[in-house]
Amino acid sequence: MKTYEQINDRIASGKAVVLTADEIMDYVDKKGLEAAAREVDVVTTATFGPMCSSGCFINFGHSKPKIRMSEAWIEDVLVYTGIAAVDVYLGATQLRHGDPANMYYPGEFRYGGGHVIEDLVAGKSLQLFALSYGTDEYPRREIRTWFTINDLNQAIMVNPRNCYQNYNVAINDGDRTICTYLGVLEPRRRNATYCSAGQLSPLLNDPYYETIGIGTRVWLAGAQGHVYAEGTQHAGACDRTPDGVPTEGAGTLALTADMKRMKPEFVRGVSIRGYGVSLALGVGIPIPILNAQILKRTCVRDRDILAPVIDYSADYPNKTGRTICHVNYEQLRSGEIEIDGKKIAVASFSSYHKALEVANLLADEIRRGKFLLSPPIQPLPKNTAMKSLVIRKKPV
Amino acid sequence: MSQTLTKKLVLFFPRYNCEEPIIYRLVKDHNLIVNVYRARVTPEEEGHLVLDVTGAERDIDTAMEFLKTCNVVVNHSGKGVTWDEHRCTHCGQCVTHCPTDALHIADPATRRIMFDEEKCIECLACIRVCPFGACASAF
Repeated sequence: MKTYEQINDRIASGKAVVLTADEIMDYVDKKGLEAAAREVDVVTTATFGPMCSSGCFINFGHSKPKIRMSEAWIEDVLVYTGIAAVDVYLGATQLRHGDPANMYYPGEFRYGGGHVIEDLVAGKSLQLFALSYGTDEYPRREIRTWFTINDLNQAIMVNPRNCYQNYNVAINDGDRTICTYLGVLEPRRRNATYCSAGQLSPLLNDPYYETIGIGTRVWLAGAQGHVYAEGTQHAGACDRTPDGVPTEGAGTLALTADMKRMKPEFVRGVSIRGYGVSLALGVGIPIPILNAQILKRTCVRDRDILAPVIDYSADYPNKTGRTICHVNYEQLRSGEIEIDGKKIAVASFSSYHKALEVANLLADEIRRGKFLLSPPIQPLPKNTAMKSLVIRKKPV
Repeated sequence: MSQTLTKKLVLFFPRYNCEEPIIYRLVKDHNLIVNVYRARVTPEEEGHLVLDVTGAERDIDTAMEFLKTCNVVVNHSGKGVTWDEHRCTHCGQCVTHCPTDALHIADPATRRIMFDEEKCIECLACIRVCPFGACASAF
């Protein structure tokens, strides 16, 4: 029906019809699928939540005399230096040096890699401390200086895994409070948490990866970036509803973008009690309405998306594979789910409010001709499953 | 007849009068009903106290004068716990942990979070569970 080129022409001329994944269902109900597919050019999807597999490559430029950093810290947070002389990788979940972690359980984890990334994007002045063993061409053995993002040659966010297609609902079947990456869970199923934008979430609106693939241009915290690979743990071969919507984690995306162009309100350090630090990001992905089938899939509603309920006191840590039941996102967003006759208060760990903001900002950029779509150069795999780590004896 | 009022106060006790029975005096000498939400008053250190006082307007006024003579600093804002709207990402993680719905979803469509200070009993549950540090305690 439509091609990327035709849609981009309409975007460039300021005539594109763009709706968010939150608005499109009612629009299609009113207009009818075929008519809406002819009219609508783009549906914007979005999510905002903690995405632990995130981080950034930084190039500091060379000091005088030069140093080949072999160990380095930014604001006392260790960065990876096993690459070229003044390149480092800063990971979102790296703790600050001296953080007692869970020594006094549950740890508070007030500052770490995610917070450094937040401060960097916010333009704050940060301390670099680095050591080296010294070489003939890089003689300096120590450096301490302060820098902002503007002093860096590059600050490129490179996230191996973002935008999980769907996610678990966590509950606690045990008899003590547990602190998880999905939040604090009271014993005996007193509360539950989930983490997805549901009907607004990118890969739930493109369940078979028909438009989102490697090379797709994305809105990553306000910067225009790309999907550079399938995300780690991507598993397209998953259980799905008859409409194709995954009922478990399924697909993931590896994303990259220039941090110098990001908006600080969508790059936020996260402190998760008893678990650690992380980074919450806002991600928006446009879906081109190439045909009616693609449009139909963007009309997925919260009530059509099922999430698995998992016990995080025993089943999750012990990898039993047991799912207690499935609940839909309409039930989750009501604030209460019912399992085995018991009503359980439920809260989100991702922000639908921020996701809506992202979807609207992206829609606005497309309408103003500032954000063009790029077709994937390679599709995401649909048939790969997730492998386990097998503990083996050393092969003879 | 003076009107009966309830006021939420945050009191700061300087180090030298932490061991004085000041709240007892509010009850005994000024006829106030006292409802303490939260206190951290340690002998030989500074102290903080968040409480409601209920009584006749003139009794509350004389009680405030009395506190002044004791060099107790009275913060009439009653804000022992604060919520930073800009730090908040409106995820809603706090909502199931807040026992009084002080933190609540104000708009189901946008899932915007609001904080109703009047309902806050300063249990500090929100500070423990907020991943973004949006809630903070004055002490």
